[in-house]
Amino acid sequence: MAKARIVIDRELCKECHLCILACKKALIVATAEFNSRGYHPVASGDGDECTGCTLCAVTCPEAAIEVYRG
Amino acid sequence: MKKVFSRPRSLKNTPFHYCAGCGHSITHRLICDAVDQLGIRGITIGVPPAGCAVLAYNYFDVDMLEAPHGRGCAVATGIKRTLPDRVVFSYQGDGDLAAIGTAETFHAANRGENITVIFINNAVYGMTGGQMAPTTLLGMMSTTSPPGRSATLDGHPIRMSEVLARLEGTAYIERCAVNSPQNILRAGRAIRKAFRYQMDGAGFTMIEVLSQCPTNWKMTAAESCKWVDEVMAQAFPIGVIKDIRKGEKHAD
Repeated sequence: MAKARIVIDRELCKECHLCILACKKALIVATAEFNSRGYHPVASGDGDECTGCTLCAVTCPEAAIEVYRG
Repeated sequence: MKKVFSRPRSLKNTPFHYCAGCGHSITHRLICDAVDQLGIRGITIGVPPAGCAVLAYNYFDVDMLEAPHGRGCAVATGIKRTLPDRVVFSYQGDGDLAAIGTAETFHAANRGENITVIFINNAVYGMTGGQMAPTTLLGMMSTTSPPGRSATLDGHPIRMSEVLARLEGTAYIERCAVNSPQNILRAGRAIRKAFRYQMDGAGFTMIEVLSQCPTNWKMTAAESCKWVDEVMAQAFPIGVIKDIRKGEKHAD
């Protein structure tokens, strides 16, 4: 059972990929899908290892990431 | 599961118009976080600048009053003197604060106006397409300095924080960056501290934020974050530049 998970608002994502650099466990991945504004939003990969450290959400310039823990 | 991180309540649910990786939107979020944590949403008044952040009032769920180019400190002074119980912050870029608004900024700081200035330093004029700003680094290429900024022709970059720190009216000046999670958290603490100083009536507070501008620096977001650390922070050292209450204990 995962300790924590993140929810990415794919419509807000502008694919700057700063969250990918921020994640110490490399759990966030780029995708080839499009959102309605023409960007390729990132997605969170298999999340069992996510600790809910919030570093991705702290870094996200679009404030598109929510973190749940517990 | 419990939600441990989400958009601050003072940040409207509007998508930012800023470029991917821009430091403006991170700083917007940090200000909203500070407003929420201090519980001052109803009494905060912001002053957006001319520049990339001209539409900042679309994002902050607090009262905002747009200032003419460079006159953020003058407008904030007027608001604060009329409504002294409000928390007033001016949000300005380097072209706005350090070029066209130098006089207003300098004298507001010298008078020790009890306002907070958030100064975004990205070393170029962002909105108009990357022209040389007073803060452009020596040797840095911009659209109006294609061979790189030369000290003989264009002068040296202005370190506004150090300049204003010499004035007696300033209470707290810190230079932060928003290029890594650690620096972002630190910038958030600095903004909170500046608001708290203002609520205590300490005087003029300014937070300079080294902000990446991937579009005008012609870099990717990741490269621009690295560039802030490797090049920009060498010319503009990060840290507390002035704190009249240094040594006193704070809540955080």
